[in-house]
Amino acid sequence: MLSKKVRSRIVILMFLLALAIAVVYGVLKSLEENVVYFLSPTEINNKENISLNNKIRVGGLVKEGSITNDQMSVNFIVTDLNNEIIVSYSGTLPNLFSEGKGVVVEGKLKDKKYFIANKILAKHDENYMPPEVSQALKKDKE
Amino acid sequence: MFKNFFPNKILSFSNKFFGALIVLMLFFVIVGFIYALFLSPPDFTQGDSIRIMYVHVPASFIALGSFGLMGIASICNLIFKIKILPLMAKSLAPVGSVFALVSIVTGSLWGKPTWGVWWVWDARLTSMLILFIFYIAYISVWKFVDNYEKANKVSSVIAIIGSLNLPVIKYSVDWWSTLHQTSSITLTSAPTIHYTMLIPLIIMIIGTVIYTLIIFLMRYKTEIMKFKLDKKNKEN
Repeated sequence: MLSKKVRSRIVILMFLLALAIAVVYGVLKSLEENVVYFLSPTEINNKENISLNNKIRVGGLVKEGSITNDQMSVNFIVTDLNNEIIVSYSGTLPNLFSEGKGVVVEGKLKDKKYFIANKILAKHDENYMPPEVSQALKKDKE
Repeated sequence: MFKNFFPNKILSFSNKFFGALIVLMLFFVIVGFIYALFLSPPDFTQGDSIRIMYVHVPASFIALGSFGLMGIASICNLIFKIKILPLMAKSLAPVGSVFALVSIVTGSLWGKPTWGVWWVWDARLTSMLILFIFYIAYISVWKFVDNYEKANKVSSVIAIIGSLNLPVIKYSVDWWSTLHQTSSITLTSAPTIHYTMLIPLIIMIIGTVIYTLIIFLMRYKTEIMKFKLDKKNKEN
């Protein structure tokens, strides 16, 4: 049914496509460190050659009850429910920043447990619902 | 061989149903907007800034879907050399590129009040920008390369290579940690968006798809006429 010409074109194209996919995969895999937008506290904990001078980003949830304010900065804990990291930040917080919600902090590690942030981004998850539904869900949990 | 019956079928469909498509599109888009702006609830986290989702999500779907169709048309074009396929891809590119831009701009407007920034170079946003660049490249090849066959081949390659970016865009939020949230509507699990928001979103998506079809048909008519005219001029 398919002429020889068409068949040979299909073969060539499939081969080139497979090659292109392999190249894209290889590039994305090797650039993984740069493609990833932030590390989790666990990844920070496990990473061996972490540099304390480079700008990095840590993401996770703001631990409930961990937000404290002192004169100069706000301190809170970022957790991924396995490991934690204490973050210190002086500046304005985004509107959606709150306990129990996602956050991405950008700055420098003081050490594996302390992070000095110069930028805070609020991260929200994929759940969308009206406030009444959210309150009803909370009541069910209690 | 120019399959003469095919374009005429599409054109006759277009001529017969164009008015109906416009009415249908207006219905879905107007109802969708009323729900999006007024009747749908605010979000428990994001409040009213979530309403931009009703434009951002349909635009993103169209931007990706159109390019996917362009990719499929381009592969079939290179294999089977069916002459109307590049014309169809050419007709999708403008509306697809506009929606890619709408997706990026509305995303930015949504990001500032929620994340706190207009833009980040995370995998989702960066790959969407790359998609927009591929759209521009595709359109530019047709615009600036004079030889039709050359433009056809180069643009088809651009569409195929650019289509490799589509699964990257879609799964970027799952494969890597991104600021952009993961999908709320998936094929494998229940939607994580409440039905009072999901229904207006679906209405907007349907309206946007019909709108895209309308723009595609208008463009397609022009491309067919241009193609036939160029063919006639060459023969003379």
